[in-house]
Amino acid sequence: MKHDSNLPLEYSTETNEMNILGFWIFLGAEIMLFATLFTTYFVYVDRGVGNGPAGSEIFELTPVMIETILLLTSSFTIGLAVHAMRINRVKAMIGFMIVTLLLGAGFISLEVYEFIHYYHEGATLQTSGFTAILLTTLGTHGAHVTLGLFWGIMIIIQTLRNGLNARTANKSFIFSLYWHFLDVMWIFIFSFIYLKGMM
Amino acid sequence: MKLKWTYLAFLAGIASLLAGCEPLLVLNPKGPQAETTANVIWISIITMSVIVIVVLVMLTVILLKYRASKQDPDYEPPHIEGNKYLEGIIVGIPIIIVAFLSVVSATSTHQVENPPEGYDADEPLVIYASSSNWKWHFSYPEQDIETVNYVFIPTNQNVEFRLYSHGTISSFWVPQLAGQKYAMADMTNYLNVVAEEPGEYVGRNSNFNGEGFAENDFTVTAMAPSEFDSWVEDIHNTAEPLTEEKFEELLEPGHLGRMTFTGTHQDFKPAPEGENSPHHHGSSDSEDDGEHHHH
Amino acid sequence: MDFFDRFSIPPHDDPMLYASIVAIAIVSIAIVVGLTYFKKWGYLWNEWLTTVDHKRIGIMYIISALLMLFRGGADAVMMRLQTAVPDNTFLDAQHYNEVFTTHGVVMIIFMAMAFIIGMMNFVVPLQIGARDVAFPRLNALSFWLYFAGAMLFNLSFVVGGSPDAGWTNYYPLAGTDFSEHVGVNYYNWALQISGIGTLMTGINFIATIMKMRAPGMKLMKMPMFTWSALITNLIIVFAFPVLTIALLMGTFDRQFFTNFFTTSDGGMDMMWANLFWIWGHPEVYILILPAFGIYSQIISTFSQRNLYGYKSMVASMVVISLLSFLVWVHHFFTMGQGAVANSIFSITTMAIAVPTGIKIFNWLLTMWKGKIRFTTPMMYSVAFIPLFTIGGVTGVMLAMASADYQYHNTMFLVAHFHNVIIPGVVFAMIAGLIYYWPKMFGFMLNERIGKWAFWNIVIGFCLAFFPMYITGLNGQARRMYTYSESTGFGPLSMVSFIGALLLAVGFVLIVYNVYYSFRHAPRNVGDDPWNARSLEWATHNPVPEYNFAITPNVNSEEAFWDYKKNGHDLFKGKIEDIHMPNNSGWSIIFAGIFFVFGFCFVFHVWAGVIIAFLGIIGCMIYRSFEKDDGHHIHKEEIEETEKKFGGAK
Repeated sequence: MKHDSNLPLEYSTETNEMNILGFWIFLGAEIMLFATLFTTYFVYVDRGVGNGPAGSEIFELTPVMIETILLLTSSFTIGLAVHAMRINRVKAMIGFMIVTLLLGAGFISLEVYEFIHYYHEGATLQTSGFTAILLTTLGTHGAHVTLGLFWGIMIIIQTLRNGLNARTANKSFIFSLYWHFLDVMWIFIFSFIYLKGMM
Repeated sequence: MKLKWTYLAFLAGIASLLAGCEPLLVLNPKGPQAETTANVIWISIITMSVIVIVVLVMLTVILLKYRASKQDPDYEPPHIEGNKYLEGIIVGIPIIIVAFLSVVSATSTHQVENPPEGYDADEPLVIYASSSNWKWHFSYPEQDIETVNYVFIPTNQNVEFRLYSHGTISSFWVPQLAGQKYAMADMTNYLNVVAEEPGEYVGRNSNFNGEGFAENDFTVTAMAPSEFDSWVEDIHNTAEPLTEEKFEELLEPGHLGRMTFTGTHQDFKPAPEGENSPHHHGSSDSEDDGEHHHH
Repeated sequence: MDFFDRFSIPPHDDPMLYASIVAIAIVSIAIVVGLTYFKKWGYLWNEWLTTVDHKRIGIMYIISALLMLFRGGADAVMMRLQTAVPDNTFLDAQHYNEVFTTHGVVMIIFMAMAFIIGMMNFVVPLQIGARDVAFPRLNALSFWLYFAGAMLFNLSFVVGGSPDAGWTNYYPLAGTDFSEHVGVNYYNWALQISGIGTLMTGINFIATIMKMRAPGMKLMKMPMFTWSALITNLIIVFAFPVLTIALLMGTFDRQFFTNFFTTSDGGMDMMWANLFWIWGHPEVYILILPAFGIYSQIISTFSQRNLYGYKSMVASMVVISLLSFLVWVHHFFTMGQGAVANSIFSITTMAIAVPTGIKIFNWLLTMWKGKIRFTTPMMYSVAFIPLFTIGGVTGVMLAMASADYQYHNTMFLVAHFHNVIIPGVVFAMIAGLIYYWPKMFGFMLNERIGKWAFWNIVIGFCLAFFPMYITGLNGQARRMYTYSESTGFGPLSMVSFIGALLLAVGFVLIVYNVYYSFRHAPRNVGDDPWNARSLEWATHNPVPEYNFAITPNVNSEEAFWDYKKNGHDLFKGKIEDIHMPNNSGWSIIFAGIFFVFGFCFVFHVWAGVIIAFLGIIGCMIYRSFEKDDGHHIHKEEIEETEKKFGGAK
């Protein structure tokens, strides 16, 4: 493995550089994935309601606001984790990663609560085209966050075991990209699904 | 070599077969809509033939002239980068052709999507054509009759077919009168058709919809308006009324022959248009939904 | 017993089906016995099933593609036989519907896609002077996911029943109301699993081409096939996620009773058609662009001239890739979106003719002033030009919305897309396979048998598909399992059937050629049997594991030609240790679990789904913790290999 000391650790080998590029391309595909969900949502939000409830009838602002704050904060803490990694402070880095994952777990718990609420409001996956795409879009995002939680735990274990090296730094950095991406997707969901739906 | 001649004989056989054929349905129009499309098809065939011939001629000349066996063994082909002017030509000419065809396409599409010229002044005859597996139901709301798998229309009058489906997506197609359009369960489509010659025309569902698809056809009979009126009157004198139970029975998957009823199923099972559209929202725009096709 | 009922094959009983089941069982047993008898299990596992070598993965893709070609081809011959005469009863309606559905899916997804990805796998790293792709392990996973999807799809034939709603799978026909048995579930999961593999290929090759080119190979100095691969993979990355979501929604509708594409409770059947074609039209260009790339290489080689208009070739591909996302509505002009929308999509569609035309003329101008040698690959390329032009101009005809109201859903359309896909993609892949055969296996395919196959295929193609233009204009809808004599479709349909038989003979001849050449062809063909021009020919035949002993140093898109004719110094360095990735059984095991997951999901066997899902998670955790730094091939070993090939390159 060739090491280049001028570059940050996560970029330091050819493999690492390749991994980061590959992940960016993967995020491009993810953007298309969410774009497809959003497009379908925008079609169904007016025309797919059928006999089921519309968004304004089931959306609750408070849990959604808390979810948003949790996820935005977690995006900030993962940024801090990467910063700590860059200045080689492993303990701080792991601390911030744990905070990030806890915030993510909080987000998921609230989302589960939100889904239960929809269920009680009579908005299930089967109710209408609109509820189906709503729950699928939120669910796809939620599944991504859940996957991220497990992925983050793996990386923390590996960093604790092996310390900060080219491999773990690379993984942590890529994980941070993923986490920021989910945050951006959530901002879209928050603005165009919830806020627009409640207005 | 022998095989080659067999092939050639074969091709000659096909050619003679074609020459003896009736004109192809799509190119043998009996109404203004189908005539417009037939003209567009001829224009495009002629334009496109020019391109095919140019490519064929260029290819033949190049292959004959530059094949290795005809050349000096020492000949070294030159290194040639692109040439601005030449590449300008091979971009420019296709753009001109495409622009020309775009104009033809846009204007003709506009024509066939509207009542044909000369027939747009009078109110059209409205017929709902709805498909179910694997039948066509024709409701005449004004005449208050309904037929299955056949439809009579008066000549020289615009007939507005309102198309929808009781299940799968099907496509209403009478090649000699007009191009096809989909019949779907959650929206109504509009197709303007005029027959200028009396006669019987084949029509079918052209969109695959399951096991009975191949036999999912119907006939259109165009006749003088006076004959049409007496046919309607006949039905009122002879046919049974269409009840809701009967209609539900008709909707069961399968094939039915021709059937005739008085009354239409629009009374108890209206088409998905206007306020009956499943994607309808609010009453304010129901008028738009129902009226937009007249323009 | 209720549990096992779901695996039976509704809704028809057919002796042919049971015959096929027996045949499949016998062949499988024969393979197992043969491998055991010749003690080849270890070889198969160590050298092929666990390989991460892009060349071997490429070859496995191509072998799978050929298998699928015969499966899809058998479907095609059955269809043509059934419609050869009016009122035929060889197949019933349901069976015919399944046959044309599987024909479409197998040919597009499991044959053509696998063929182009196989070709990219084999050629692209060689053309850019790389040791392998960016993510070799991921590449193996891509292949095995594709293979798992293909096997799952083919399994539907004998367990549970094949999909029967057409390869376009329109709802509500594909919904449980109208297609009750599990066929469409198979469609959803087989495409989903192989689609994930394809997406990974897309990511992998973009990274490979962007990062791993030999020194000196700027973007505008890449060989044309690599350019086509780059653009194709960009399209893959942007188009396939749309399919992923559409299939997910279809699965939800069929298996969890949602209302995405139903016609009640706010569902919209038109949404599937839109999503399917937003993926589906770019998919067409995913297939054709690599074919264009192959033709560019072959025509240039056998005209013994550089490719004319390199820059406009690249530009036209970029334009095509952008336009490919803006034309999907032309697949359903007849859905009633009105004259304005149709006119717009009509114009965007016709606009694609311009960049495509540029390519046709550039190929002609490449042959101009050349010195044309009629080898088999070149004959396919020469036949491609006029045939593809005909396919292209009929495409322009179809793009005219008003006229499309008459062509849509007819045999005219069927004739058109076979007219672009067969001379476009299939000819290119056969030509490419013959062209790269010595690179893959170190001997050439017999030219005489190859030319016999060529003539059968070309003439068979013309006979099979040109009559369909005519019957289409005469009102023959596609997908009809039979027709009455009064329609007059009989004679021309018979011609089509004869054409299909000739095509079949041609493909069998290709296989025979492989056998014949394997037995009889000389093995000392040298490293440059075609007098070729681009970098992949600068290494040995067959290519050693490490591709190039010394990383080449590139100055133009025809580096090898410059090395041969203009004294360019291609290999400047000296031989050093080469780092290579390790083989791994992880990919095949992971994909195997995916197969089980898909199979259980198809049949609602939830316990199996959960276990397989845990397996998938387990594989991912294993991979996360795995440390695999690969190995080095030592200098001495490389020198020895190079000596065997007759000198270092």
